[in-house]
Amino acid sequence: MPAGCDIAFTLNGVKRELNVPAGMSALEMLRDKLGLTGTKYGCGEGECGACTILVDGRSMNSCLLFAADCDGRELVTIEGVATTPRGERLRDAFVANGAVQCGFCTPGLMVQASSLIERQPCATETEIRRGIEGNLCRCTGYRKIIDAIATAATEKSHE
Amino acid sequence: MSETLIGKRIPKLDAPDKASGKTRYIHDLEVPGALHAKILRSAQVHARIVSIDTSAAKALAGVHAVITAADVPWQRPIGVAKDHLPLKTDRVRSLRDEVAAVAADSEEIAETALRLIRVQYEPLPVVATPDQALAPGAPLIHPEPHGADSSPHLKSAGAPVAFAGKPDNIAMTFEYAQGDVAKGEAESDFVVEDVFKLHYVTHCCMGISGVIAEFDPNGNLLLYSNTQVPFLHKREFAELLGIDPARIRIIQPPIGGGFGSKLDIYPFEPIVIFLAKITRRPVKMVFTREEEFLASPTRQPVLLKLRSGCRKDGALTFRTVETVHDNGAYTSWGATTPFVMMQTISSLYRVPHCQYLTRAVYTNNPYAGSFRGYGNLQATFAVEAHMDKLAEAVGMDGLAFRLKNAQDPGEVTPQGMHFKSCGFKDCLATAAARSEFLRKQAENRARWKDPNPVKRGVGIASMLHVGGGAKIYPSDGCGTILKIDDFAHVTLMTGASEIGQGSETVLSQLVCEELGLPLSAVTVVNNDTDITPWDVGVHASRTTFIAGNSAIGAAKKAKAKILAAAAAKAGVPENELSLQSGYIVRSGKEKLFELGKFLRGLHFSDRAELVMTTFYYEPPSKHQDKGFKGDVSAAYAWATQVCEIEVDTQTGIVRLLKVTGAHDVGRVLNRLGIEGQIEGGIVMGQGYALTEDLMVEGGVVKNPNFRDYKLVTAPEIPEMDVSFIETLDGEGPQGAKGVGEAPAICIAAAVANAIYNATGTRITALPFTPENVYRALHGAAKAPAWSAAA
Repeated sequence: MPAGCDIAFTLNGVKRELNVPAGMSALEMLRDKLGLTGTKYGCGEGECGACTILVDGRSMNSCLLFAADCDGRELVTIEGVATTPRGERLRDAFVANGAVQCGFCTPGLMVQASSLIERQPCATETEIRRGIEGNLCRCTGYRKIIDAIATAATEKSHE
Repeated sequence: MSETLIGKRIPKLDAPDKASGKTRYIHDLEVPGALHAKILRSAQVHARIVSIDTSAAKALAGVHAVITAADVPWQRPIGVAKDHLPLKTDRVRSLRDEVAAVAADSEEIAETALRLIRVQYEPLPVVATPDQALAPGAPLIHPEPHGADSSPHLKSAGAPVAFAGKPDNIAMTFEYAQGDVAKGEAESDFVVEDVFKLHYVTHCCMGISGVIAEFDPNGNLLLYSNTQVPFLHKREFAELLGIDPARIRIIQPPIGGGFGSKLDIYPFEPIVIFLAKITRRPVKMVFTREEEFLASPTRQPVLLKLRSGCRKDGALTFRTVETVHDNGAYTSWGATTPFVMMQTISSLYRVPHCQYLTRAVYTNNPYAGSFRGYGNLQATFAVEAHMDKLAEAVGMDGLAFRLKNAQDPGEVTPQGMHFKSCGFKDCLATAAARSEFLRKQAENRARWKDPNPVKRGVGIASMLHVGGGAKIYPSDGCGTILKIDDFAHVTLMTGASEIGQGSETVLSQLVCEELGLPLSAVTVVNNDTDITPWDVGVHASRTTFIAGNSAIGAAKKAKAKILAAAAAKAGVPENELSLQSGYIVRSGKEKLFELGKFLRGLHFSDRAELVMTTFYYEPPSKHQDKGFKGDVSAAYAWATQVCEIEVDTQTGIVRLLKVTGAHDVGRVLNRLGIEGQIEGGIVMGQGYALTEDLMVEGGVVKNPNFRDYKLVTAPEIPEMDVSFIETLDGEGPQGAKGVGEAPAICIAAAVANAIYNATGTRITALPFTPENVYRALHGAAKAPAWSAAA
């Protein structure tokens, strides 16, 4: 077996130290080593967005990121996003707008949406659509997801 | 009166957990001590297996079992025609075929072990198309009985003869006739004929396939499964294992999308069960996305020849249809979709004379399963193209021509389908009016010679689909157990599966409507065959109708019992009492008892017994006979969709701009849920029409990934304007009919008509990718031909 790497990073606000195999992806580390199963495997090659997490504030496909490269970084998963005021607002908007059906793509979309409205609080419909084009959803037809993100973006009073 | 819940926008009960990442799908479940399974699939499209050497794999540390067909001589064939052994014996028939399987301490070890298995193949000629399969002297896909073939270990006593084999490559045929098509053609003033070619697509559920199997020391099997059909699959697994079905328990964790893909059992499920049996450990297997593309079912590719006619006054006279379905190497539900196709052929519009013949043909391709719409996308694509062509021949506009031939409520079609509620003409008129179909159609057509290379088009198409269950099995039943505790908390145990479509929410809503309780008063249990009552599965847009009626039945029983007790206690006539907003109310306003308190009293007084059971079976009607005459559903759903597109004639790019839909749904129960179903269906239909194409060449899937298999993404979705036609079906729960499949059905047909309206070119082969459209517009495409070795 190849030698592991010792890494230290912040995960959802908590410092973590871990030894990970060199070939392990951040997605596998989160799901299999740390038990954070909110981040989903949908394709393993960065095409579906189900595994989206925040790395130093930027949204990334965790399936394409080596766990070893998380050293020194700040990671936020859906479990972290869901407990922030913005995450709660998004969750409520996803629920109220009917943006969830089977729900498998939803955590990735929640994380992507959180990153999107942080960067572009006044995102237009077109910007929202482009902002989630890396996230595939097979159930909803995206309409209600776009509406949910727009709703959460306009309800800024909570923050 | 308390405010009704019917027609309101009710958020899905499971949405908060799903949006927080808390929902545990099968992929997220860890069973202590579980082994991880991987399957070795064929390296050849069609070949004889000469030898399999598993010794090196077995010797690898961390490997608990390596199995081939030789290790499970008792395995039995699965699938709709029972032509498919989970582990292949002497022959592989497609690239997905399961040759060996490993159970190991980790997925990585299992993966390594697969690479150590040596298989020697002797290639056989590949049958890549139905044409090749039907050609004289074509190699046979199933030439001999599986299980009693050349493999000596399978000749041992007691080994089942799995499948008798097929003397030709025809997996299944369907024939249907009504009237006399020769007479119909003789009476026709106009006759058109075309060949349509429908392509391979696949479900692409975001939650990929997986299963966990575990035996207890008594030999009882616990299966965590994504199945859409838990109760019927218990029997299938039991037959496979030669055990009593009562010893199998299926738990369905939340399912990451179904769309029909989980209507059959597939080899990986029995194989994981074999591994669990042999290792005496829990065994888990989850596909990779590539495996999902290669080894899960497809929508069936169809070559369809349609000949139709009408009189000068626009009345349809006849239809003759012949189809060839690429069945793939094994038979799953895809082979039976002609059963649905013939309903559209015979009964969407009034046609006195029809003849229909279809053959599902074995090839060495991936095999076709059930997929939302179930053959209806293909049939509607052809029928609606001809509605346009005949309208043009007669000189009528497409709307008037369709209205002339559309069904009315109360009609019984020559096929014997009884349309009790039918809002078809309302659907046509509403969708056409809201989209300004006629005006736009005329304007677009006037611009055919316009120099602007970007053209606009508008197209219309309609559909008929089962909306009140489907009489596929001898019964279409669903049971409910409903209990109410002493805080007026209701537990609804239903046979209906939740696959993301929102059944648990709509069933709760129907129960709360009867009991005058808020949705927060209900917990739904719907995923454990040891608890929930029997049901035939989530398919055929049946759940709201069948499970909904069942749930209402249980709630009504509870209500009657509560009101009788309250009447006795208060000394007032029962018919003056009702349940409203958590109270037992007299004459619609006087609050007699708070329901929770009253029930507590009942429970402690020993007289409560608030456990209700009901079963709903579809109402008696004439089932189809052997000639397919009769009713297939207790109610039928209708819809019309108008698609507006833009075609860039210089690039072949077609953009779907707007879909105006009108759906006869009986009644809207959960407005938020039904909008979600329809929008999702429209976009799935858009993918079928424009972007999705599972490219299979010589039996090899060329694009098993999301980079090359293009799903529609958020920037591409059309504007959607959806109207609901509420016909209040007499048998439907609160008047509702099923809607799950309907919205995906007409999009491709309407887009085809829109491309014609934009360009004057009719394309009869899907998908409308830029390359295909460009070729068609520039005379470089070959129209599909009917050869099919017929």
